[in-house]
Amino acid sequence: MKASRTKERVTWIIISVLVLLYALFPVVSIMATSFKLPSELTSGKFLPSSWTGSNYEQILVGSAQDLFLSSLRNSIGIALIATFIAVVLATLCAYAIARLDFPGKKVILTTALAVSIFPVISIVTPLFNLWRNIGLYDTWPGLIIPYLSLTLPISIWTLAAFFRQIPWELEQAAQVDGATTWQAFRKAIVPLAAPGVFTTAIIAFFIAWNDFVYGISLTSTEAARPVPAALAFFTGASQFESPVGAISAAAIIVTIPIVLLVLLFQRQIVSGLTQGAVKG
Amino acid sequence: MASITLQNLVKQYGDGFPAVNDVSIDIEDGEFIILVGPSGCGKSTLLRMIVGLEDITSGDLLIDGKRVNEKAPRDRNLAMVFQNYALYPHLTVFENIAFPLRLAKGKHTDDEIRKLVTDAAKTLELTDHLERKPGNLSGGQRQRVAMGRAIVRQADAFLFDEPLSNLDAKLRGQMRSEISQMQRRLGVTSVYVTHDQTEAMTLGDRVAVLKKGVLQQIASPRELYEQPVNLFVAGFIGSPSMNFLPATLEGNVLKTAVGDIQVTEDKARAAAGKKVVLVGLRPEFFEDASLVEEHKKDLGSTFMAELTHTEWLGNEQYGYINFDPDPEVRELLNSLAAEMDADELRPQIVVTLDAASRIRGGRSAELWLDTRKMHIFDPETGDNLTRDAEAGAALTQEANTARAEEISEAREREASTAGQPA
Repeated sequence: MKASRTKERVTWIIISVLVLLYALFPVVSIMATSFKLPSELTSGKFLPSSWTGSNYEQILVGSAQDLFLSSLRNSIGIALIATFIAVVLATLCAYAIARLDFPGKKVILTTALAVSIFPVISIVTPLFNLWRNIGLYDTWPGLIIPYLSLTLPISIWTLAAFFRQIPWELEQAAQVDGATTWQAFRKAIVPLAAPGVFTTAIIAFFIAWNDFVYGISLTSTEAARPVPAALAFFTGASQFESPVGAISAAAIIVTIPIVLLVLLFQRQIVSGLTQGAVKG
Repeated sequence: MASITLQNLVKQYGDGFPAVNDVSIDIEDGEFIILVGPSGCGKSTLLRMIVGLEDITSGDLLIDGKRVNEKAPRDRNLAMVFQNYALYPHLTVFENIAFPLRLAKGKHTDDEIRKLVTDAAKTLELTDHLERKPGNLSGGQRQRVAMGRAIVRQADAFLFDEPLSNLDAKLRGQMRSEISQMQRRLGVTSVYVTHDQTEAMTLGDRVAVLKKGVLQQIASPRELYEQPVNLFVAGFIGSPSMNFLPATLEGNVLKTAVGDIQVTEDKARAAAGKKVVLVGLRPEFFEDASLVEEHKKDLGSTFMAELTHTEWLGNEQYGYINFDPDPEVRELLNSLAAEMDADELRPQIVVTLDAASRIRGGRSAELWLDTRKMHIFDPETGDNLTRDAEAGAALTQEANTARAEEISEAREREASTAGQPA
């Protein structure tokens, strides 16, 4: 009995280590690259022989500063606004889906699903033409609107599942206790839904933050170009120098907020994804 | 405190299915009414119509004589205890109980709220738990918090939706008596939904039995038990339930599977002209013939039967007798069972015997049957042919008087304890 339990534990440890290696190796590799000198990039060694911060210097205060910092600002702004709008709309929509019986409820849910599995790349070209005609090309709204198409469906689905779990009796009890519909929603439902809304917001933020296809296709200047797209425009110090070091450094920097968010809110994210956050 | 009047209430869902069909009940001020029936009989729907969580399709709902059909739940001033308690998980016990008071903005000062909540907590023995969250409480404590939320405000009536069904059997008994005492002490009109007939019989001043949205009978528990209006009520009330035996009438004698039963003139007259009738016999009408005193024996009839098995419970024992009805009657019994939410009703007679009886399964034994309280039912309509409406009304009247006395006694006691210095 005891032996089999130890064996089980060992098996689990081995599997965990393998998964960790698989998941973290690319990140560590990029991190190592970000500390290498340009001359060392093709050395074939994993770790830099001499650690340097020159790549970080280049993107934060050096020649690539304009490109990187403006794109960072764009990314943060666009992702936050897209997340905010998506969450507010999705909360109202999901609440209606979970609580009300109205014609077209199924249609909304299936449409949301269809939109989310629709290949992004196939609408980029028409969107590019349309945006240029109506003047949304290379603007923040020009990215926020397509980002909503990515973030809204998943937000609606997670939140609808979340609202369905909140016992309807709570609202009814509040109404019997003397609350208006709005008070019942605000005092009984919102506090319970807050973790779910928060989780959804984080997930939506990731999606908007990580997008590349829209970012590179619908922008042309620093006015709206987000980080993932900006990385592709990095050049080395001279045209003969590879920009890989600087790109790696930028990649590490944009990963940091994501890692922080996940570490801080991992419990909520997991419970939001498995939809078990409300206990009666 | 208020009276509630239901006038021809109908609830029809979108597909035209009437969940509640033409129900009229007059609930007096201070009365404890139970709505009981098998699942799907519309009892919860009816309660939710009273509180305002379900729209009323047609009919009128009056509270204290005023029509409230269109009023929102919050304007009806009723308190409700939900089956799953519906406590707010993010609030402490104190805030849960204070919730209705806080919603009535400006009506209560903070000090008043504190006083009202601590008073309610004291009566419910929740004082030690006021700062805890509902998630950390046991089932019984949660139940009491839900009750606290109801009693803290001066609601006109309490509505209970199967409040005890999530508790274990022992706690249920305890909470049942607490609810009963609290209701008497506060003298507040209460409507209580349950499918548990022990709760129905013990708590209710009057019990309303519903079947498929239709009110079958509303009467005191004793009247329901002794003078049921039809087969459904007779079979639903009582545990083990009433035995239904097919019988044919010849003169003043009912020929049944358990022998011939002599019936009185008026009972025979009520059953006359029917080819087959159903005789309703409660298990406790039977007894081991050897244990019946001589002078009682003549009040019933004796017969020989073979018991398949017996179950000894300490204070009494149940015996089972199989009989073979003809297909028509079997069909009827089965449809009756389906209506009552039971499995197939086996053609079986359950008898209650004295615990001292030596009768054992597999052997023939002589049984005595008390025929005084038996009823005869029409198998087609299900009507009780021998119901004595007057006797039934008297029983319900008795219960009403008892209730009035209990409430006034409770109020006197309250007044005298309140008069004493604490």
